[in-house]
This record gives sequence, C-alpha cells and structure tokens, in this order.
Amino acid sequence: MSVTDIQLQENTAHDDHHDDHHEQSFIEKYIFSTDHKTIAKQFLITGIFWAIIGGAFSVIFRLQLGFPDMTLEWLKPILGKWIDEGGKLDQEFYLALVTMHGTIMVFFVLTAGLSGTFSNFLIPLQIGARDMASGFMNMLSYWFFFLSSVIMFISLFLETGPAAGGWTIYPPLSALPQAIQGSAGGMTLWLVSMVFFIASTLLGGINYITTVINMRTEGMSFSRLPLTIWAFFITAVIGLLSFPVLFSAALLLVFDRSLGTSFYLSEIFIGGEALPNIGGSPILYQHLFWFLGHPEVYIVLLPALGITSEIISTNSRKPIFGYRAMIGSMLAIAFLSFIVWAHHMFVSGLNPFLGSIFMFLTLIIAVPSAVKAFNYITTLWKGNIVFTPAMLFSIGLVSFFISGGVTGIFLGNSALDINLHDTYFVVAHFHLVMGSASFFGLLAGVYHWFPKMFGRMMDEKLGYIHFWVTFVGVYLVFFPLHYIGIAGFPRRYYAFTNFDAFSAFTDLNTFVSVAAILTFGAQFIFIFNFFYSMFRGRKAPANPWRSNTLEWTTPRNPGHGNWPGAIPKVYRWPYDYSKPGAEEDFIPQHIPLSQTPESNLEEENELAKTEEVRESKNVEDSH
Amino acid sequence: MMEAQMNAPIGKVRAMNPKIFGLWLFIISITMIFISLSSAYIVKQAEGNWRIFEFPDLFKVTSLIIVLSSVSMHWSYIAAKRNNLLQIRLGLVVTAILGAAFMIGQFVAWNELVSIDVNFSGGNPAESFVYVFTGLHVAHLIGGVIFLAVMLKASFSYKVHSKSLTKIEMCTTYWHFLGGLWLYLYLFLVLNN
Repeated sequence: MSVTDIQLQENTAHDDHHDDHHEQSFIEKYIFSTDHKTIAKQFLITGIFWAIIGGAFSVIFRLQLGFPDMTLEWLKPILGKWIDEGGKLDQEFYLALVTMHGTIMVFFVLTAGLSGTFSNFLIPLQIGARDMASGFMNMLSYWFFFLSSVIMFISLFLETGPAAGGWTIYPPLSALPQAIQGSAGGMTLWLVSMVFFIASTLLGGINYITTVINMRTEGMSFSRLPLTIWAFFITAVIGLLSFPVLFSAALLLVFDRSLGTSFYLSEIFIGGEALPNIGGSPILYQHLFWFLGHPEVYIVLLPALGITSEIISTNSRKPIFGYRAMIGSMLAIAFLSFIVWAHHMFVSGLNPFLGSIFMFLTLIIAVPSAVKAFNYITTLWKGNIVFTPAMLFSIGLVSFFISGGVTGIFLGNSALDINLHDTYFVVAHFHLVMGSASFFGLLAGVYHWFPKMFGRMMDEKLGYIHFWVTFVGVYLVFFPLHYIGIAGFPRRYYAFTNFDAFSAFTDLNTFVSVAAILTFGAQFIFIFNFFYSMFRGRKAPANPWRSNTLEWTTPRNPGHGNWPGAIPKVYRWPYDYSKPGAEEDFIPQHIPLSQTPESNLEEENELAKTEEVRESKNVEDSH
Repeated sequence: MMEAQMNAPIGKVRAMNPKIFGLWLFIISITMIFISLSSAYIVKQAEGNWRIFEFPDLFKVTSLIIVLSSVSMHWSYIAAKRNNLLQIRLGLVVTAILGAAFMIGQFVAWNELVSIDVNFSGGNPAESFVYVFTGLHVAHLIGGVIFLAVMLKASFSYKVHSKSLTKIEMCTTYWHFLGGLWLYLYLFLVLNN
C-alpha cells in the first residue's frame, strides 16, 4: 500500500464530509466554488458576456465600413467623445475597436469561453471522475481569468482608449506609448490582463492534463476515451507549451515599454526626436508571438472539433468513422502547429528559402485536416441523422471548416501571400475556419450539454431559427470578403472612400455590414433561449440524446462528486451506435459486454468471458 | 449517501500522484519560457549588432553554491524517507541558506556587471538578456525558498516523514530543477559568447 493511495482516500473522504454535513453557503456554491461544473458555467457566462461586447464592437466598425457617410451621432450616449463633432467615429478608436474585437474573441471567448467551459464540464463527467485533480487550482484558474477580464474591461473606459495596435500588438507601435493613444494606458492594461490570462490558462491546462491522465475510471483506457476528451487533452498540451512563450514575448515587451531596454526597438525617430534604443529587432517579437499565435489557432479550433465529433456521431446514430484516424490527425495537427509559425511572417523580410520550408510544412496541415473533414462526412453518410440544433451547428462547423480551410491552401503559399497578406482575404479565411467554426462548436456544445448543465432542455424551434439565420448570415458576411480581399482591400483601414479603385465595392461592403448586423442580432435569440430555458425550459430526461458517454449516467442535476454511488466502470468504447444485433441503437459505455451477447463481435465474446463486472446498482437506479 | 461515497472507489489509482504530475507540467511550462528566451537570444545574436563582454567569475561560485544546495536538499529528502527529523530540518535549513547565498551572489554579480558598464536598460540587448535570464531564474528561486520555508514549518509539526513524502518530493524535484536550470543558463550564456 503506497502512501499516495492513503492520501487520496483521505482527500476524497474529506470532500465528502464537507459536502454532506452542512449545506454549502451561496458563496461556496456559486462564487468561490471548487466544483468543476460550477466553474464551467462561470466560464460560459463570462464568455457569453465577452462575446456580446466583442460582437457589438464588430458591428460598430462594420457600420463605419459599410456606411462611410453615415452619421453616428446616435452612438454618442455610449461612445461619448469617440464620436467627433461631425458625427464620425474617431479614427484611432476604430483601431482600438478592431484590436479589442480580436483580443476578446480569440482569448476571452474562444479560448477561455470554449476550453474553459467544456474542458471543465466534460473532462470529469466523461472520464468518470468526481472532480478535477485540483479543485482549488481550478477555482484559481477561473478567478485569474475573471481578474484578467476585469482589467481588460476597465481598459475600455480609459480616456486614451483600449489597446489599438492590433490583437497581435506588434512593436514598435505597441512598445512606444507616445506612438498612438491606444499604445498608452490601454496597452499597459492589455499586457497586465494577458499575464493573468496566461496564468489562468496554465493553471487550467495543468489540471486538464493531470485529470485526464490520472483520474480516469476503471476500464477507461485511452483507446476508449471520447474524442471530446482527446481534443481537450491535446488542446491543453498545446496551451501548456505555447502560452509560456507568449509570456516571454510580453515580458520583453513590458521591459521595452517601461524599463528602457531595446529588445524590439532600434533606431527610431518619433515626433522628430531620436530614441536612445539601439540594437533591437521587431521581427524577434513576431517570431515569439507567432510561436504562440499559430498553436493558439488550434487551441481555439480543436475543442470545437472534438465536440463536433461527439455530436455528429451521436446524432448520426453511427460510430465515428476512423476513431484512431481522428486521434492521429489531432496529434498531427498539434505537432505541426508548432513548426509553421513563420507563415504569418512571409512578407516580414524572411529569407525566401526559409519561407518555402514553412510553406511546405504549412501545406502538410491540409492532410490531417482533410482526414478530419472526410471522417465527419463519412460518419454522416447513410446515418439515421437526428437534426437537433446541436447537430445542425456541428454540420455547420464542418461546412465552415472546409470552405475556410480551402483558402488556407492559397494563403499558405509564400508567393501568393505577397499579394494576399493583410487583405480581407485573410480576414475571410480565418473568420470562417477558426472564428465561425469554433464559435459553432461552442454553440453546438451548449445546445448538446445544456440538459446536463441545467437539467432542462433548450427550446428547439428557437434553436433552428438561430442556426439558420447564423449559418446563412456567416456566409453572407465572410464570402464577399474574399472578393474584397482579392481586389486588394487591406485590413484595419478606417475608410476606403479616398481610393477610386475601391469605389466599385462600396455596395458589397454595405451588404456585408447589413448581414453582419442581422447575424449579430440573431445571437440574441440564443441568449434569450439560454437564460429562459435555464429556469423555464422543459425538464430534461436522463439521456435526452440517447448518448453513450458517462455524463448521462449521472442524476439529472449531478451534485458535488457527480455520481451518488460508485463511479461506473467502463467496458467499451463510446461509439457503439446502431451495433448490429443490439436491441437499442446505442449501448452506453458502462454496459458490460457480458450483458450484450446478441451484439458482441467474436473477440468481444471472448473478452466478455474474462470481464470483471462490478456491481453498479446505483448507476441503474439513477436512470 | 455519505457512506456510499466513502466506499466508492475513486477509480484505479495511477502510477503517479496527480500533484507530482502537476508539478512536472508546471516545470515544463517554466522550461518553455526559458527555451523561448534562449531562442530569442540566438535569433537576436545572429542578426548582429551584438555586444560581447566577460561574465563575472562570481557566476562560477554561485553555480557551485546551487549544486551544493541540491545536495543538501536531497540529503533532507533521504532523511525524510528514513524518518530522521533532525536531518530533515537541518537539510532544509542548509538548503535555504545556500539558496539565499546564491541569490546574494547573483546580486553582487549584477553589481559587477554594472561596474563594467553592462546595464539592464539603455544598452545593447545582449546586456539586457543576461539580466532577464538571471532575474527570471532568481524570481523562480524565491518561490523555491518559500516552498522550503513551508516544508520546514511542516517538518516542525511532524508532517514530513516516510509515509508522507509527496510534498518534500515535490520540493526536492522543484529545487533540483532550479539548480539544473541555472547550470543550463550559465552554460548557454558562456557557450554563446
């Protein structure tokens, strides 16, 4: 008997004791909670809050781009002095809007809101654990994120505005407070906020990895893990390796900004005055930043792909096509994500030979990505498809993943990139493949696991309306942007009215803006549905989607510890849908092989003979 | 319900304690910070405009000190395995003193650097990098010394013994890591100069 065993037992015993003998106070239960389910909901609600702000920002700058002559006087109550006397949007504030839209969406919504919600919620429930490896660290992870959110939120209200150097905060612009207003106080708060964000992500990531590796229930081998867990696991590994690099990049930037070092600065004249900094290189920052920045794309996307795998398989009533290929392709994507960063820097003066190496590595990513797209489609093929809102959003994700991914092949080409870099073509590409696809993954996940989160169902009709308006809207917004990009429109420009060559595209820009406003408006259907169903929704059955994974064996509203009795043991993989011979079209993971002789394959019958079935009476009771 | 949960197995306990495993992941993320800084150093150096200067000899002394502190830390860990309370405490105290000595040594070395006009700010990045490397390392070492203090307190309330090794094992692992990290950084700086 090892010492660690004893301690673990002690710890669980302590938790139970704590849980059962006195009701938790409101603060313990809902605010400083160490329960993974509550923390997941905290991440989700904070993420929704940020998504509204980030979306609203995009609407404001789309108004400017779509209707350059319009007076925005009516926004004065909200934006105050950022609307000038003529009723026009302040030009520097436009840059701040673009910057904050990117920062909020990439980090606060699609990293914290997506990974934070679903890794926290699903990892313990789907691997059969009572909670995360360290509930305290998990709580800390949320509150660091909250602190980071508060700081970023405060920066919106500074007199000089929030950070405005682009979400990539390239120096020297971001390193010189005197460069633009947005590089002053807003930039400082941006950096401070990101330090807490990085700490939050690392704490969360360490917990996810430890939990998946050490806390799986009996029988839950890696080859029986749901693909959601594989995706969260790989995402956490990528985050653990890449976020420290962002920390280094930001640290050196802080030194340059505040302490007079010259890591990124050299020979700069500003306002007719020469700065003393000599010997630095702004390209160095780009290398460090994109070493995080590119893996970050997959930190955003992989959880969405994992959620989609699970939902598509469940609602096609078919085993996922190529389970091992799915894992293999995720591992390949994760590995490749670390060696392609310079494709963001093709036109930064990079050695063209190095450029062709990075081009080659970049294009290889198309292979595992295509494997995934192929597997989704073949899983759908000839399935008994159930079109729940979650399923529609998952199929929508596959659509965006393909149509946005194809343009990646163009952009990954170092020669074509000379023309296309920093145009709206890039904007269209990443908004489809990473932005919209991940966002659809997030929505699909909410629709699918809402019954487990709140014990109630979301309204399906509103879900369908939400899906169709959003799905069509996203294409109406981002498809035209490809044309605008090929026509040469650069990103982040305040207005194009001074260029005759661009005047032919004015109507198209107006069209995009209208579509963007409608799409943004449709999200409020979801928000209404979400909060209304939380209190008034139809009560959810134990297993509403007839799914195989372990979370559906818990009570309707799982308490602290998830399962009232013993944790179920796992006897099979999670994708036994429509198994020939079986009575039902699904066999959950906790059903022993020995109970399903009618559907067992030959080798499974052999396994059933030696299987040690554990009494899991409580599990059955909870149905 | 409580009894049912008490008896409920928490799943097969895997080979590694989750806390120790978590520490290793933490170490990996710290390693990534230093790997990225080292690569930044190499990239920047390759671009030219790079000042070359001598490192203080004091770094050799501090390297020796940190190696010795690793020895005393391990001595304390072995003492914990053998339930020798006096040696646990002695080991922890000696390690903490050596850790403090190392930090003072680094501080004096910074002063020596300043005296040969190698400054953190206002100079060539080559100069700043030395301070970033050593400074970040010392920052992590402060965390290590706090960990030592916590362990010392635990040893006085009889919580460190052969049946409760997790924490001191973590402390030892982290301390060895910090020692190794310094040796790597010193070697890296010397070899690239």
